[in-house]
Order: sequence, then C-alpha cells, then structure tokens
Amino acid sequence: MESNPEVAVKFSEVSYQLGQRSLLSDLNLDVQPGETLVLLGRSGCGKTTTLKLINRLLTPTSGNVWVEGKVTTRWNPIQLRRRIGYVIQDIGLFPHFTIARNIGLVPALEGWPAPRIRQRVETLLQLVGLDSEFAQRYPHQLSGGQRQRVGVARALAADPPILLMDEPFGALDPITRSSIQQEFQQLQRTLGKTIIFVTHDIQEAFILASKIGLMQNGRLIVQGTPTEFLRSQEPEAIAFIQCLRALEPLHDLLKENML
Amino acid sequence: MNLPQSVSQFVNQYGAEIVRHTGEHLFLVGLSMGLALLLGLPLGILITRKPRWSKPVLGVANVMQTIPSLALFGFLIPLPLLGGIGTRPAIVALTLYSLLPIIRNTYTGIMGVDPAVREAGRGMGMTDWQLLSQVEIPLALGVILAGVRVATVIAVGLAAIASPIGAGGLGDLIYRGIAVLDNQRILAGTIPAALIAIGLDVGFGWLEKKLTINH
Ligand SMILES: Nc1ncnc2c1ncn2[C@@H]1O[C@H](COP(=O)(O)OP(=O)(O)O)[C@@H](O)[C@H]1O
Ligand SMILES: [Mg+2]
Repeated sequence: MESNPEVAVKFSEVSYQLGQRSLLSDLNLDVQPGETLVLLGRSGCGKTTTLKLINRLLTPTSGNVWVEGKVTTRWNPIQLRRRIGYVIQDIGLFPHFTIARNIGLVPALEGWPAPRIRQRVETLLQLVGLDSEFAQRYPHQLSGGQRQRVGVARALAADPPILLMDEPFGALDPITRSSIQQEFQQLQRTLGKTIIFVTHDIQEAFILASKIGLMQNGRLIVQGTPTEFLRSQEPEAIAFIQCLRALEPLHDLLKENML
Repeated sequence: MNLPQSVSQFVNQYGAEIVRHTGEHLFLVGLSMGLALLLGLPLGILITRKPRWSKPVLGVANVMQTIPSLALFGFLIPLPLLGGIGTRPAIVALTLYSLLPIIRNTYTGIMGVDPAVREAGRGMGMTDWQLLSQVEIPLALGVILAGVRVATVIAVGLAAIASPIGAGGLGDLIYRGIAVLDNQRILAGTIPAALIAIGLDVGFGWLEKKLTINH
C-alpha cells in the first residue's frame, strides 16, 4: 500500500485499543510537509498515544499510519525513528551523559565522525539559546527550562524532517514559557520542518499552529486552521475558546494602561 | 608470653597453612562468583525483556537460597557430573547461592531506570542492544554491583562450610580445630576468612560508589 508521498504524516481510520479499552477511535489526519499541526485536548484524551503511533512506539490496532508515503509497520522502526525527532513529555535526558552527549545521541548512533558531532552540538546549543559552557554539564546540573531546551536540541540533532513534540514547554514558568514559545516560532520559520505539537494550552496552540486538531475521548473532533477552529460549533472547541475569551477583559485593561 | 611473641609463634605454626587455604578459599569464591555472574547477569537481563519469566526465574533462585547450605552440600553428593565430593560440588553450591542477589539486582536495577529515559532512547531510534549497553546497564550498575557485593560476602562465608565435602579452603582449619578442640587453629581459619569478607565488602563498596556517577 502506498499513499501520496507529498503527505508527511497521514492517519486513516486509525484505532488503538489496550485490552478492552479503546484509547483512540477512527482517527483520520493529514499533515503536509512544513506544516505545524497542534494536537489540542484535555489531559488523558489520547494525544501522547497519537504521537507514539507515528514513530511506531505503538502500532494501530486497526487502520494505518503513513509516514512519508509508507505505512509505519512497513518501515524499519529504527530507521523510522531516526527520521523523526521526538521530544517526550517527561524530557527523558540520559542522566549519565553530558549535555553534549545527550544532544549528539542520534548523530552518534548514525555514526557521524566526532568533530562533526561536536560542531553540531555547538550549533544546536546556540539555536536553543544555551551557552556553550553547558556542553560539559550533566542534566541534573540544569534547571527545568534548560533541560527542556536540551530536549528540543536533542530532537533536532540529526536534522530530521519530522518533529514530534509532546508538551515540550509544559513544566516551565510562564515567563520562560512565553520566551521559549517565541524562540520556537522563529525556529519553525527557519527550519521548515513538519511538526506535530501536543499541548493542552489553547494559547500555545494559537501561537504555534498552522493547523489545529482538537481531541476528545480518543477522537479527533475538529481539524482545521486556527480561523476554522474559532468558528467550530463543537462544545469542546467552544469550551477551549472560552478560555481565550476569559482573557479579553485583561487585554482591554492592558491596552488602557500601557499606552 | 607477651603479645608479639605469641603472634610470631602463631604465624610460624600456621602461616604456611593459612596461605595455602586462603588461596584455595579465594579460588572457590572467585570461580563460583565468575560462574554466577556468567549465568546471573544474562538471566537478570533476560527477565527484563520477557517479564513473564521473571516470576519463575526469581522464584527458583529464591528457593535455592532458602535451602540450608549443609543440606545443599548433602543433596549434591549423590549427583553425577555436578555433585560428588571435592571442589566441584562446592563451586556448584556457591554458584547457586550467589545467583539470587545477582539476578534480582540486575532485574530491579534495570527495571528501576526511569521509564522516560528508556522511552526517549527508544524514540530516538536506539536498538534494544544500544539501549541496554549504553543506558540501562550503566544506570543500573550501582544496584547490580550491590548484588555482586552481597553475593561475594555470602560466598566467602559459605565456602568455609564446604570443607566437609572436601572442598578445601579456610574451612579445613576451622573444622579440624573444632574436631581437636584447638582454638588457635579455629582462629587461624576464621580470622583470614573474616578479613577476606571485610576486604571484599569494602572493595566492592568503593567500586559501587565510584561507578555510580553523580547523577
Ligand atoms: N500503558 C497504558 N496503560 C493503560 N492506560 C493507558 C496507557 N497509556 C495511556 N493510557 C490511557 O490512555 C488514555 C490516553 O492517554 P494519553 O495518550 O497519554 O493522553 P494525553 O497525552 O492526551 O494526556 C488515558 O486515559 C490514559 O490513562
Ligand atoms: Mg500526554
């Protein structure tokens, strides 16, 4: 089975069950190259499970997931994963590796020569806004925000065309979070990667998304551009939009007081 | 008789025997620990990969430990190949006793690795072997070594009990001392055995600390 290779990631009628429990039902999804799809939904709705189906940490119980025109079960899982950068929800840096070795992991697995890895690590540290002195530190010597930056750098290391990001900025204080989001927006433009980004934060979704997929109870109930999302009549979409509305009086207040 | 004199007399009388039996003792412990590692590490790793086997494997190793050592030596005497009299059944018994702490600690050490770390490794496209050798074993090393340390100290003590089946070692001095009611002879066996146990305990403890990198 082949599908259009122009589509970076495609789900067709994907369900995932664990025993009797259905975690995902009838997912249909298209992600074009260079697009940023934000999967939005409350915690427990199946966002992480959806990501894991893309890099074949899980395989669908029924239906197919296609990556670059090939069904995931027909990919060699190791090759598939090396083409897909993955920022996991809990970061998962290797505590016994230096930051440099953590970031250079995939290049090392791919057998790059050491000087090239070193150079790449240097570039990536700069890219995610970390001083090069961090290279020789260990993860436990970094703050939560710095670790999350390292997690992003590690996922970008071998320049994968596809990036999966699972609530990568979740554990940050609002100021760091906001600045990292803005930096990431810059990165999106310069890197031109296909990104599937998971969050439960509607504001973050609107900052980063070219397309939003809203999930509820293991189903994808809205899929479209941010503008289309705002027009959705789904109760769950309205509930999320309400969170933005709640901030409106604040925006007015800001305008009045900051001129 | 003052103390230095009695010490030098003691050494004169038992020195040669102590050296010989210590050598035998270390040989018993060293060889059986080597075998226990050769068996226990792969078994411990295997049951992290096949969780269904973990209960039976750990169960058998557990039962092995509950058999009183004298009884186990007795069971081994009539067995062909592995059993009988002499060094071989002693090494078999010591190996069997050492298996549990090694298997159990290898298993719990690897299972104790942060699931997020394991998932990140898999998600980055590490093969199972790469994950095991570069991540899981290095991170579990402290716990594994703690198991080896316990097993070794137990083996030093048990090796002394293996003397009646003809295994040699410092137990020879102790048992003969008991038989002829010679306290000095008993001490000539006991003191070196205790020193070996303490030495190995401290040595492994040091290694454990050194290899459990600051994370
Ligand atoms: N290994 C598992 N065993 C049992 N339930 C699981 C497992 N993984 C996920 N789930 C359940 O599946 C649902 C979706 O999980 P997940 O995809 O992690 O949600 P999200 O990332 O949106 O918070 C949750 O209800 C969760 O409890
Ligand atoms: Mg999740």
